[in-house]
Amino acid sequence: MIGGLDFSVVSDNLSYFFIGRYPKGPLGGVGLTLYLAVVSLALSFIGGLVLGLMSVSRNRLLRFGSSTVIQTIRGMPLLMVIFWMFFLLPAMLGSGMTASWTIIVALTLFTSAYMSEIVRAGIVGIPKGQTEAAISTGLSHGQAMFYIILPQALRNMIPSFVNQFVSMIKDTSLAFIVGVTELTQIATQINNRTMLYPTEIFIFIAVIYFVICFAFTELSRWLERRLAYRKAI
Amino acid sequence: MIRFEGVHKWFGKLHVLNNINLHVRAGEVVVVCGPSGSGKSTLIRTINDLEPINEGKLIVDGMDLSEKKTDINKLRAEIGFVFQQFNLYPHLSVLKNITLAPMKIRNKTRKEAEEKALALLERVGLSEKRDAYPTQLSGGQQQRVAIARGLAMDPKIMLFDEPTSALDPEMIGEVLQVMKDLALSGMTMIVVSHEMGFAREVSHRIIFMDFGTILEEAPPEEFFKNPKHDRAKQFLKQILSPMH
Repeated sequence: MIGGLDFSVVSDNLSYFFIGRYPKGPLGGVGLTLYLAVVSLALSFIGGLVLGLMSVSRNRLLRFGSSTVIQTIRGMPLLMVIFWMFFLLPAMLGSGMTASWTIIVALTLFTSAYMSEIVRAGIVGIPKGQTEAAISTGLSHGQAMFYIILPQALRNMIPSFVNQFVSMIKDTSLAFIVGVTELTQIATQINNRTMLYPTEIFIFIAVIYFVICFAFTELSRWLERRLAYRKAI
Repeated sequence: MIRFEGVHKWFGKLHVLNNINLHVRAGEVVVVCGPSGSGKSTLIRTINDLEPINEGKLIVDGMDLSEKKTDINKLRAEIGFVFQQFNLYPHLSVLKNITLAPMKIRNKTRKEAEEKALALLERVGLSEKRDAYPTQLSGGQQQRVAIARGLAMDPKIMLFDEPTSALDPEMIGEVLQVMKDLALSGMTMIVVSHEMGFAREVSHRIIFMDFGTILEEAPPEEFFKNPKHDRAKQFLKQILSPMH
């Protein structure tokens, strides 16, 4: 008992909170939350890079394509994107699409749109002289982007990336709405079953979310310092 | 080597280059001077197509820049360009700044490119800085690395856009010395600069520009002794007297 709270509901269900019914059933809980976050993070990094590069392209069609995607996605609530994917994707691709993957696609689309603006700002923020110097030595615009602009821009983008990713880690909790057994869904299930301990349960998962986000932020701070050291400034 | 024929360029309504006719031969060193806003930087930037021309004909190393089919990247590889603000790549070491283009464009091996880079660093007096990063160097050192970077592609032409204007006075000399050595080695050079000492000593021809046109074009001794145009006289008076 801590201040009238009874956390035995947490300790009794600890393995269910962390891995769901795994290994007898599918992975759930914190494990699934991390899985959703890591996969969506990797995919939206790529998605954001592609959309961002398209938006600074010299080709009008590419710019138009990326701005259409970005404007559309940014104009929708994330929950709406999740519903769209949940109902649309299986209809389009057949029943092979699991609920987890519809969430991953929704989070990736949503986060990519925001990431692409970070990428665009990062690229535009590198002085024009860098591109001019690179193309003056005979490099193509693509080579200048790849060897000169992106390495500098990506480093500057790290803090904004972290912001976006932390936000996305927390957004995985919206997966509970379509029945994906990630941490929030598990907590709701246990709460519905026991009825008596909502405070304890939701304090516990709040702490878990905080620890995950905090650990991720620290990891990226370390990465930032390391890259700065290599640049020797 | 470089031939302008009736070249015009506009920035919006501003007529930055107005009927430029100029022929620079191989091995010639030409200094371009004039008040700010006279179009001299634009002039030099058209030569490697950093600023495309709007009208007229511009032929560089046998390639026609007004022709759409011209492979601009290939042309640029033959022309070294040195900027006022150096524009070294801050995320790469001095050595990598120099070896990048030769490895990517000329397909040199790392070993070949580094040997060449080290020879060039020795030539500009910076051998010991090979592993330093640009931010660790003084302005004069950065500009000498930038010159080495340009030379690493074995260019046929070197262009300098106010190479000493962003430098502290005590660093100007070291950069001018490198440029002077380069000029004496027979490199074709066009230098936008107000360094009249350099112009007098090294150049074959001085070009004076104002309002986007070439007002005067003469060998240095003639230009300094006997400038024909009033604007040139006024300009020289201001630039040659330290206090005015």
